[in-house]
Amino acid sequence: MDKLITVSPSPHYYGNEDVKKLMYGVVYALLPALLVSVYFFGIGAIIVTGISIVSCMAFEYLIQKHLLKTKPSVTDGSALVTGLLLAFNLPSNLPWWIIVIGALVAIGVGKMTFGGLGNNPFNPALVGRVFLLVSFPVQMTSWPAPVVSRLRYADAETGATPLGVVKEGLEAGVPFSRLLDQIPGYLELFAGYMPGSLGEISAVALIAGGIFMIARKIITWHIPVSILLTVFVFTGIIWLINPYDNADPVFHLLSGGLMLGAIYMATDYVTSPMTPRGMWIFGTGIGIITVAIRLFGAYPEGVSFAILIMNAFVPLINKYVKPVRFGEEVKYG
Amino acid sequence: MILTFPKGGVHPPDNKLSAGSPIQVLPVPGTVTIPLSQHLGAPAEPLVKKGDSVITGQLIAKGCGFISANIHSSVTGTVARIDRLPDSSGYRRLMVVINTGKDDWQEGIDTSPRIIKNITATGGEIIKKTLAAGIVGLGGAAFPSHVKLSVPKGKKADILIINGVECEPCLTSDHRLMLEKGEEMIIGIQLIMKALDVKKAVIGIENNKPDAIKHLNSILKEYEGVTVQPLKVKYPQGAEKQLIKAVTGREVPSGKLPIETGAVVHNVGTAFAIYEAIQKNKPLIERVITVTGKNVANPSNFLVRIGTPVASLIEAAGGVPEDTGKVVNGGPMMGKALNSLDIPVTKGTSGILLIPESESSRRPAENCIRCARCVSICPMGLEPYLLSAASENKKWEMVESEHVLDCMECGSCSYICPSARPLLDYIRLGKSTVSHIIRARKQ
Repeated sequence: MDKLITVSPSPHYYGNEDVKKLMYGVVYALLPALLVSVYFFGIGAIIVTGISIVSCMAFEYLIQKHLLKTKPSVTDGSALVTGLLLAFNLPSNLPWWIIVIGALVAIGVGKMTFGGLGNNPFNPALVGRVFLLVSFPVQMTSWPAPVVSRLRYADAETGATPLGVVKEGLEAGVPFSRLLDQIPGYLELFAGYMPGSLGEISAVALIAGGIFMIARKIITWHIPVSILLTVFVFTGIIWLINPYDNADPVFHLLSGGLMLGAIYMATDYVTSPMTPRGMWIFGTGIGIITVAIRLFGAYPEGVSFAILIMNAFVPLINKYVKPVRFGEEVKYG
Repeated sequence: MILTFPKGGVHPPDNKLSAGSPIQVLPVPGTVTIPLSQHLGAPAEPLVKKGDSVITGQLIAKGCGFISANIHSSVTGTVARIDRLPDSSGYRRLMVVINTGKDDWQEGIDTSPRIIKNITATGGEIIKKTLAAGIVGLGGAAFPSHVKLSVPKGKKADILIINGVECEPCLTSDHRLMLEKGEEMIIGIQLIMKALDVKKAVIGIENNKPDAIKHLNSILKEYEGVTVQPLKVKYPQGAEKQLIKAVTGREVPSGKLPIETGAVVHNVGTAFAIYEAIQKNKPLIERVITVTGKNVANPSNFLVRIGTPVASLIEAAGGVPEDTGKVVNGGPMMGKALNSLDIPVTKGTSGILLIPESESSRRPAENCIRCARCVSICPMGLEPYLLSAASENKKWEMVESEHVLDCMECGSCSYICPSARPLLDYIRLGKSTVSHIIRARKQ
């Protein structure tokens, strides 16, 4: 043979997965929820999602090209996922300039300051979302009502989220059973018929996407299951102790951003633990903090804060929670 | 029941193109180059010099110490020179170059196809003859077999596991051997059982080889104590520790030898070689080697004399395809890429794989996205991303405390990484550096 051959260390086969495929897998999984959102919130959902995606990708490109002077990796799909998830965490009537600020904070502060994809300790979309929630509390908590204002964007008719209704009602001393009349039925909640952030509403669409991601091995089941189980058990115990003054666990599972957070936000690769045991600790922590904020905190919803708080513990979890080593626990002589 | 090892593992594409191709005898080449270091341990010391005539099966180099192996001439001819020549690792090592003549075999070697079932040798004789015949593990590691037949004092073997897993994609030499030399192999297993003094032997075969499982089961009716255990297809099931775990459920403790669990593992090829050594008086001078690749004209299995240049094997399989970009000694997961086709095949060569240009290089590495795939597939329960990063940053203490020495370099982590990071490359660096540090500490 007279030509040069490649000499490289093994392995010589490589799997066919890459970052782009994984990121687009997440995008496909989010599509059903987006469609439901467009059905309920109309053009608002389309506008907010569009602005969020475009500005996230633009900021990623501009920052990489002009500030960091690195080769832009905007096509890897991670900024697309961040943009989509940020939009999912916003009300569909949010003014465009607030969305652009959110995207700048998410990509600029949440991701690029740490060195880009893979290095950020906090979920970028949640960094953006929480920044907006703290900075623009009024705009961020005026939720468009479903169906009625499909053709309106910024001036959409608004209503309170079920979580808000229940929290306010319970604090005013109204029993939970009476509050049930003021919120949509559980089947409607399951389908997504409620005011809320544009992507969080439909449990059924989010679960379908989650099953798709688990089947395609994009994520593992550990984090979503541990979060949902913890919330169910924790709120279940409190409800059993005092069903009069507390919402039942099914309501907690179906309302607010729990499904979105548990399936799509907490499972972000970069900001979640590396071992199944670590994922259980992480998920349980998120569940407990979420319920604590919902029941005892000032906000009606706490999933975003819970995930960000547990994000901060991930390096610690990774340091101390190790996989079971082969040959470590030997049970015979 | 179909078993497997529980922790980690990957499913690379099988690509067993040569599975249906019967073993063909490759003609003796004009020149053979026989390395004196084909096994783990000390190189053998040459007994011949330039100009000597040798005949097939003659001892030409003697094993040096307990962990070493004898080397026999694989041909009849004249020693042209003894020189330092490059082997598959790229390093130059001492080799005996022999120009071949008429193929005469040394007296006493039974070259007839007759199967000798009757075992007369005692356990001690079996070990002695295995040592004399220069037999090493033919699965790839080439660990001297007599060492594994001699159970250390104070230990007891209770099960012999025969490795017919062949979990490396592409390779089919063990598969063909089981199909074509099944009975001889089983007699070899009986010999090993006698040497180890165990009553039970299990042949582990992945169930992508149903014909081999069926064939061996049909022969095994006559033989006591030996059974076939079908295994689920999963890489790296052929790794010693993973195979013991899959078959017996026992786990070799970290840093210890398999005998701690009472299990001894030998490859099917080794069992056949031991049969030939004891029953036919034939030293290890040839072996079955798969030559394969996507664009290879005739993916084949050849019975090859040790020392034959790789180029002759590829020629026999239809030549080097136009677009070849990489030639690998072994399988795609653990094989070594060769830098020349003049390198001779050794006792440890199980296959030659020709990879097309388009699949020869890796994608550029991207940032680690901490997807945890490497952690979930590591069959040893390690954290490849962490070991790799620690090695990259020269944090050797951390590399050591994170159990780098448990890594067997199966390559599953580099295979699965969606960011195409060179995980195993850095882990190898960490492993060898830590080994040096530990050695220096002991002195």
